[in-house]
Amino acid sequence: MSDKAKSIVSKKTSGQDERLKEVSKLRLLLNRPELGAVGGAILVFIFFGIVAGDTGMFSAYGTLNFLDVSANLGIIAIAAAMLMIGGEFDLSIGSMIGFAGICIAIPAIYWGWPLWVSIIFAFAMAVLVGYFNGILVVKTGLPSFIVTLAMLFILRGATLAITRLITGRTQVPGLRVLIENDPIAWMFATDTFKWLFTWLGSMNLIALRTDGTPLATGIPPSVIWFIAATLFATWILMKTRYGNWIFASGGDKNGATNVGVPVGRVKISLFIGTAVAATIFATIQVLDAGSADTMRGNLKELEAIAAAVVGGCLLTGGYGSAIGAAFGALIFGTVSMGIFYTDVDTDWFKVFLGAMMLIAVVFNNFIRKRVTESK
Amino acid sequence: MSENLIEFNNISKFFGKVIALKDVTMKLKKGEIMCLLGDNGAGKSTLIKTLAGVHKPDEGEIVIEGNKTVFDSPKDALDMGIGTVYQDLALVPLMSVTRNFFMGREPLKGLPFLKTFDIEKANQIAAERMGQIGIDVRDPSQAVGTMSGGERQCLAISRAIYFGAKVLVLDEPTSALGVHQASMVLKYVVKAASEGLAVILITHNVHHAYPVGNSFTVLNRGKSLGTFNKKDISREELLGMMAGGEELDKLEVELKEMNRINN
Ligand SMILES: Nc1ncnc2c1ncn2[C@@H]1O[C@H](COP(=O)(O)OP(=O)(O)OP(=O)(O)O)[C@@H](O)[C@H]1O
Ligand SMILES: [Mg+2]
Repeated sequence: MSDKAKSIVSKKTSGQDERLKEVSKLRLLLNRPELGAVGGAILVFIFFGIVAGDTGMFSAYGTLNFLDVSANLGIIAIAAAMLMIGGEFDLSIGSMIGFAGICIAIPAIYWGWPLWVSIIFAFAMAVLVGYFNGILVVKTGLPSFIVTLAMLFILRGATLAITRLITGRTQVPGLRVLIENDPIAWMFATDTFKWLFTWLGSMNLIALRTDGTPLATGIPPSVIWFIAATLFATWILMKTRYGNWIFASGGDKNGATNVGVPVGRVKISLFIGTAVAATIFATIQVLDAGSADTMRGNLKELEAIAAAVVGGCLLTGGYGSAIGAAFGALIFGTVSMGIFYTDVDTDWFKVFLGAMMLIAVVFNNFIRKRVTESK
Repeated sequence: MSENLIEFNNISKFFGKVIALKDVTMKLKKGEIMCLLGDNGAGKSTLIKTLAGVHKPDEGEIVIEGNKTVFDSPKDALDMGIGTVYQDLALVPLMSVTRNFFMGREPLKGLPFLKTFDIEKANQIAAERMGQIGIDVRDPSQAVGTMSGGERQCLAISRAIYFGAKVLVLDEPTSALGVHQASMVLKYVVKAASEGLAVILITHNVHHAYPVGNSFTVLNRGKSLGTFNKKDISREELLGMMAGGEELDKLEVELKEMNRINN
């Protein structure tokens, strides 16, 4: 290489590159997948702040209410988002919720198992179902859309058939009495920060019942699980090797395989993740309601995918974020509860849901183009 | 132990009815640069993919340092120090430069069982390594989809150089490169070989192959036409063999045939 060439090279590699435009913080922010969902959530809060600000929607009780709904959806939406980033879908999440519910209720009520054993049993079944979904998708190479659609029917049907066979009904009640003193159930059934709410009540800062106890008794377990899941998933995606493998598996399966990423194992583990998340959802619901119902979780898989998409996940995989999915779930939960506080007929909720998704997809598509195609 | 670092012994590979490779034998020593030449579809990529662990040969065996070796996955090959630049580069456009560079082999830091991806270190290595072949990475967190074709190729090359401790395999690495980057890459290839790596270089460009190669293997329709040492073959002969001398012969036969039918 000539000296002149060398000097050009050394100039290019040293110090500030003349071709690097000053990248503003704002621009970096604009390129994040969750931007749409965070912006959407802010808009939703402004909207309800205006139309329902004085209705009690944002009282402690009302807030915990919509947070609870958001959190339940969020738990499965985050797992669905991770799977989508990994390039696959799971349409059996809703059916898994119903299945997990009876996996807890039937052993606990009809077979006399301790509640905690039943809960562990349900999680073990979830791992099995997720593993089965994953291995089927990986080994057959079929679209996960089809494989898990089949699983949607199989699981729902099995749930119904087994429950009727054993109990003669489609509901299994009677779980509430088992929660007390159970070594595990409290994780899914206990409100936290009760002291805070008692104190707020005693200061007359939040609404009280007639007996003087606060209306909102504590943070529901779903919210804790939801926050923990968001943090955990974000940590995995951004900070760990496994996270890099998830993006790689969804971004380009062949490329990832060729450089040594165990794509099959990554995908199987993500399917296990969605089934386990469905079981967390189910456990919280079953213990809260005190009963399992074979129809629980119906259509939840679509809501989870919708929240993930609103949160910036790309349907084609390889792009998205857990925080985005969390905000997507927050939007849905807030609107589904908030609509009760407005004059709008609740029948319109699904219309909103669909419209929101469409806007999100168009918006996210635009963001992705900026990230990947702008030079 | 044989003196060859790598031996492909009678490798065959079939894709359904397609015979991609038939009885291909090729041997490389340490420090040798082997250029693998041949027409489109000759089976060059398929051959090197058997060494990269992507395909398992249907017949024949690969011998590395005297040991018969079967790769179950590309990871096995990488673990042995075989770095590969694939023709399609194996990059994920939606991921950043750094995340692509270390995809599958991320550097870790932190406590055991709680190790995290050491992004800072990875950023630094990726930028440094790409700088060495003449690409200034403006921003290691930039998505690969925003890079030019040549920049992507350089990313794949510097990645293979970084991880290929024993063997470097390059499948048409210079096809999209400017003169400067191509010569940088070729210089690197020579340097790697002088450090004792074996290099397999696939290219359609004889002007890239001839100056750096020690030996040349020509594939034709899945079969090897033989391996030639540089001293035994001229640039022109090589070009003739690659660019289908026999293709012209065939064309002649076909024209004759058409004449016969017309008469
Ligand atoms: N995965 C596959 N499935 C089926 N056929 C394949 C596969 N991979 C390669 N082939 C076939 O094997 C033959 C050799 O392909 P290969 O990619 O090795 O050629 P090549 O020499 O690298 O060509 P090029 O110079 O165009 O890159 C081709 O006919 C191709 O169609
Ligand atoms: Mg090829």
